[in-house]
Amino acid sequence: MSTPVTEPATDAAASAPQPLTMAGALNAALRDAMAEDDRVVVYGEDVGPLGGVFRVTDGLQAAFGEDRVWDSPLAEAGIVGTAVGMAMYGLRPVVEMQFDAFSYPAFEQIVSHVAKMRNRTKGRVSLPMVIRIPCAGAIGGVEHHSDSSEAYWAATPGLTVVMPSNPADAYSMLREAIDSDDPVVFMEPKSRYWSKAELTLPVRTAPMNRAQVVREGSDVTLIGYGPTVRTALDAAAAAEAEGLSIEVVDLRSISPFDDETVGASLRKTTRAAVIHEAAQFGGYGAEVAARLTERNFFHLAAPILRITGYDIPYPSPKLEEHYLPTPDRVLDALASWEWDLA
Amino acid sequence: MSLNVEHHEPRVLPSEKPIRLLDNAGHALRGRETGGFELPPVERLLDLYRRMVIARRFDVQVTALTKQGRLATYPSAFGQEACEIGVVSAITADDWLFPTYRDSIALLTRGLEPGEILQSFRGDWHNGWDQHAHRTAAMATPLATQALHAVGLAHAARLRNDPIVTLTYLGDGATSEGDSHEAFNFAAVWQTPTVFLVQNNQFAISTPIARQTHATTLADKAVGYGMPGYHVDGNDVAAMFAVATAAVDRARSGGGPTLIEGLTYRIESHTNSDDPTRYRAARDVEHWKRRDPIERLEKYLVSEGALTDDIRADITEAGEALAGRTRDAMSETPELDPLELFDHVYATPRPALAEQRAALEAELAAHAGQAREEVAAR
Repeated sequence: MSTPVTEPATDAAASAPQPLTMAGALNAALRDAMAEDDRVVVYGEDVGPLGGVFRVTDGLQAAFGEDRVWDSPLAEAGIVGTAVGMAMYGLRPVVEMQFDAFSYPAFEQIVSHVAKMRNRTKGRVSLPMVIRIPCAGAIGGVEHHSDSSEAYWAATPGLTVVMPSNPADAYSMLREAIDSDDPVVFMEPKSRYWSKAELTLPVRTAPMNRAQVVREGSDVTLIGYGPTVRTALDAAAAAEAEGLSIEVVDLRSISPFDDETVGASLRKTTRAAVIHEAAQFGGYGAEVAARLTERNFFHLAAPILRITGYDIPYPSPKLEEHYLPTPDRVLDALASWEWDLA
Repeated sequence: MSLNVEHHEPRVLPSEKPIRLLDNAGHALRGRETGGFELPPVERLLDLYRRMVIARRFDVQVTALTKQGRLATYPSAFGQEACEIGVVSAITADDWLFPTYRDSIALLTRGLEPGEILQSFRGDWHNGWDQHAHRTAAMATPLATQALHAVGLAHAARLRNDPIVTLTYLGDGATSEGDSHEAFNFAAVWQTPTVFLVQNNQFAISTPIARQTHATTLADKAVGYGMPGYHVDGNDVAAMFAVATAAVDRARSGGGPTLIEGLTYRIESHTNSDDPTRYRAARDVEHWKRRDPIERLEKYLVSEGALTDDIRADITEAGEALAGRTRDAMSETPELDPLELFDHVYATPRPALAEQRAALEAELAAHAGQAREEVAAR
C-alpha cells in the first residue's frame, strides 16, 4: 500500500478487492487488530511518524495516537523485555525488530522469558505478544541486514514461529498471531514485502499453524517457507516443461511443524526437498528432513534433500546471488536423484 | 515525606557519603548525613524491626534446611534485611515487585508462604506462586532481565491510568549487565513509575564491586539517565524505608523512576555451593557483622523504650512459628507428575507435544509394571 490508510478499520473497503503488497497487508492487519482491541499496542524503532523502515506501521500513530503506537529507545532487549511486562499487565504488545540480525540483542529476553513464562507459571501467566522480525535476504542489504534466524527461534520450546510468503497470509496470520495467547515470533521475508495480490479484507486464510499445498504435483514435494516458496513455485513451473510434476508446500509455520500436511504430500510423491536461505549446517531443513524421514521412511524413494544457503556468513550485496538458492539450483539438486535409476 | 530538593535535581550527583538516619550505635542523626530525610515514626520502625527479625529467622532456617539437603540451593540475604525489608515495605499490595533469586525474605514480607517461595529452590517447579495474586513476579535468575519487565508493566499501567508502582531488586553485579542500562533508560525516557533498588552487597559471587564499576557509587549512574539516584546506608532500615517511600510517592504521583543504591554486605556465601574463604578475608566479614542492621535498629528502639519484653517475646514466637511452618513445608514431599511437564508450554495444543507426552506416559507405565514384577519376583 503506497498511501497511508486514514481510517482505523478496513470495513469500508471490505466489499471490494484491492491490490495490496505484503507490507500493506501487514499494515492493514495491525490497523484492524488495533481498531478491534485496545489492548494492542505497537512500538519499536522508528515505527511512529516514519512508519517503520519498511513502512509496515505507516500511518498507525496518526490513526491511534502516541499511547498506542510509539518510537522506543534503540535497544532490542529493552523493547522485548518491556513487552514482557506489558503482556503480564494484560496488554497485547506487537513489537518490531528493525532487521533480523538486530533481534540478537533481544535473544536473552526471548529465550529466557518470552518462551518460558507460561511454563514457569504453570499456565497462569501467558504472554500474548508478537515479535515482528523482517528476515532473509535478496534485497541488496549490507552486512547484518539479510540474516535468516528462524532456526534459533525454532529450537526454543515455548515459541510459536511463523513466516508468511504472500500478502493474504501476511494479513491473516498476523491477525491470528495478535489474537494468540502464546507469544509469536512473526518473521516477514523482506524480499516479499513488495509482492502484490488482490485482496478483499479482512481476508482469512488457513490457520497459521498449518502448512498449505500451494501447487499440486505428483513427482516431487518441494518444501519452502517465506521467500523460498516463490523459488519453489518458479522451479515447479520450469520443471513442468520438462515433464516433471512438482508439488509445492508452503510451511507457513516453522514451529509447530505441520507433520500431517507435509507428510501426506511426501507419501504421495515419495520424494522431497526443503529449501531455505539460511545456512545448511544445523539449519531448519535438517529438522524437516529428519522428522519426515523418521515418520515416512518406507514411503521414500530417495533421500530428502536440503537446498540452502552455504555454510558461510550471509554475503555482501554483489555476491548474494551466488548464495541464494535459485530455481536452477533447485532443479539441479533434483537431478542428483538420478531419476532413471529410481 | 518529600524529597530533598538537592537530590530531586537529577543533574546533581548523589552524596558520596551514604544517606543515614541511624548510626551504627543506634543514635538518630541530624544534618547533612540524613540527606533531608526524616526518621520514620517509632511505630513504623518497630514494625520494620519485627519484619526483619522474622525474616532473619526464616533465612537462617532455610540455610540450615539447605545444608541438610532439603533444598537444592538457597541464596541467603543474611545481613541485607534493611534493604530487603525496608524497601519492599514502602510499596502497597497493589504495587508489583520484580525480585531476583536472593530476595526470598522480601517475598515473605509480601505475604507469600514459605512453601510458595521455596518451591523452585527445592526443585519442584521453576516458580511456586501465583504472580498476579501476589503482584510479585517470579524470581529472575538471568541478571537484570526482570528490571525491563518492571518498566514494561509500569508503562502499561500508566497507559491505563492505573496508579500502581513497580519495584525491582538488582544486585551490584547486575548493574554491569546491558539490561540494567536499558531498563534505567527506558524507565527514564518513558517516565515510568518504577523504583530500582540496587543492593550493593559488594560481591557478585566472588567478584568484588571494584571489578564491576569504576563509578564512585552505583547511584551515580542515575544522573546519566536523567533520574534521581540515592546512595544509602543499606544497613540502616530507617534510611532505606524513608528514601524508598519518597521514591514510591514520587513515582505514584507521576514523577518518574528513581534509582536507590543500598550499600550493604553479603554475610553468607553466594549459595551453599560457594566457598567465600577463597576470595575474602574473615576480618572483612566480621567488620560487617558489627554493622548488623537488626542490632542497629534494636539499639535505637531500646533507647526509645519501644522494645518491651512482651514485644520481643511476641516477635520471637512469630519467628519460631514461621520457622516451624518452613520446616513442615520442606518436609513434605509432594507428588510431582512428570506428565505435567507438557501441559503449560503452550496455550495452543501441539500434536507433536501430545505424542511426546504419550511416549513418556507409556514409559512410566512400563517402569511401573517392571517395578511390580520385581516386587513379585522377590
